[in-house]
Amino acid sequence: MRNFIRLLPLLPAIAAVAATGEEAGRYIESDVYVATAFAGAPPQASTLWVSGGLRGAIEQTLGHRFAALRVRYWDDGKTSVWILDEIGKELPITIGVTVRDARITNVRVLEFRESRGWEVRYPFFTDQFHDTTLGTNGRLNRQIDGITGATLSVGAVTRIAQTALIFDDHIRNKK
Amino acid sequence: MRFSRSATLGVAILVLASAVKAQEAPASIEDLWQIIQRQQAEIDSLRDEIRAARQDVDATSEKVAETEARVEATGEYVETMATLQSVPSKTTIGGYGELHYNNIDSDAGDSDEIDFHRFVLFFGHEFTDRVHFYSELELEHSLAGDGAPGEVELEQAYVDFTLTDQLTARAGLFLLPVGIINETHEPQTFYGVERNDVENIIVPATWWEAGGAMYGHFGNGLSWDVAVHSGLAMPTTGSSAFSVRSGRQKVAEAIASDPAYTARLRYSGVPGLELAASYQYQTDPSQIAGDGLDSGQLISAHDDFRRAGFGLRALYSSWNFNGFAVEAADADKQDGWYIEPSYRLTEKWGFYGRYEDLDGARSQDKFTQSEVGFNFWPVSGVVLKMDYRKREHTLDALSGSDFDAIDLGFGYGF
Repeated sequence: MRNFIRLLPLLPAIAAVAATGEEAGRYIESDVYVATAFAGAPPQASTLWVSGGLRGAIEQTLGHRFAALRVRYWDDGKTSVWILDEIGKELPITIGVTVRDARITNVRVLEFRESRGWEVRYPFFTDQFHDTTLGTNGRLNRQIDGITGATLSVGAVTRIAQTALIFDDHIRNKK
Repeated sequence: MRFSRSATLGVAILVLASAVKAQEAPASIEDLWQIIQRQQAEIDSLRDEIRAARQDVDATSEKVAETEARVEATGEYVETMATLQSVPSKTTIGGYGELHYNNIDSDAGDSDEIDFHRFVLFFGHEFTDRVHFYSELELEHSLAGDGAPGEVELEQAYVDFTLTDQLTARAGLFLLPVGIINETHEPQTFYGVERNDVENIIVPATWWEAGGAMYGHFGNGLSWDVAVHSGLAMPTTGSSAFSVRSGRQKVAEAIASDPAYTARLRYSGVPGLELAASYQYQTDPSQIAGDGLDSGQLISAHDDFRRAGFGLRALYSSWNFNGFAVEAADADKQDGWYIEPSYRLTEKWGFYGRYEDLDGARSQDKFTQSEVGFNFWPVSGVVLKMDYRKREHTLDALSGSDFDAIDLGFGYGF
């Protein structure tokens, strides 16, 4: 019992630290991510309205309704950057995806607030997406290996990678 | 003025005369004057029409810009409303459940049983960005109360304080960081209708205690946990003497004289692979001084590998207890291990085999068991299971209790 009592003074200190500080789980701002995706100054943001067949394809990929009417993206004619949200278990994960010549060149978790599944933030997981494309079935052409205990977070990042590739394919074919 | 008019007329006559010379000659100067006036009127009319058209174009442009602004505003409003509807509530609900059917064939007696083994609800709340509450409330075996087979149990109720992106403190009633099943046990996440027995008899999952903990991780996939918490209160006499599972106090007016300490190191830096090892020290696993059960140490290590459909789970856990009574009962060392290869044939179908070897405190807790079976996931979060088990007890005296079993199960988690 005395062991517990000795630890009690720690509690207020822990609570005080937790009550302060910056917003938890935000690792990189969106504009910084966009800037790093292009060699020079990033292009102006464009707007893609998500409707018709495109909306159907996205909702099939996500497995649920796509809440936005349109998405903002940055495109210089070859490289497109997409910043999208998807819920893992309970809270939205903000994910940046860079696509060049219909291939993913970068996936990065910009904001993560779930209590489990932190592994998806790190390159040892996100590097798996490098060079993936859309397969004939509308899914990634390569299997993404999961993380034990992070199944839902892995699923969320994978779905957003597919979604970005579908968006990129849409704007290229439209143009 | 007259001169000017005459001069103009003269010039016009000359021009028109040359223009119409090939056609027909004008009747008179007065006729020409009429023609000019009509043409001037037409020019004025055309000028008015052009001016009106320009005004129309300007008005249309304004309307297009206005419409664009309205569409933009409508889009923003609709998205804001959609976002508000889709933003997760600060209070969240989840749960899981599993129904088991066991058909057991044994010389000691056959049995058929169907049981809604677990019905669980999760409740969580986000107080702030850095302070979260989690809980798990379980009803076991459908019915709880006097004489009923089941129990209502509070298995988790804790608050996490996020100190930094890589460091969190925890206080309350929480699951101990030991083994594979103890922290992640929703039925759709594992093979087999019944959980493995090593993580039932040696690691008494589901195993929760109350106290404080810290956990954190590094960017290379290495993570750690340390916890100071309430300890076991194992019986030292009776049919369940020195049974670890019987020592769980479940934080129900639990004796807190002698705490326990748990630490875990875990590596998940390669996708598809988890390696972990846990150590626990019980300062007095019976909570009674001088009764012959003085201290205990648990070590547990496992791997969980899944890649390209192939899976391999393997776990080893071992207790070492000190004290004259536990040594006299030959229960000072209790251990077990299992290995479970599997193959996920498709997104919906997966097959597995499992072999277990246990050496627990009680006679019936010393056995080997082999099983094979499959899981069928019709949708993510729902699973149907079937397996065949064969258990052989280590002690000859219990060979009559050896059994074959066919199990059917249904589970869900959300």
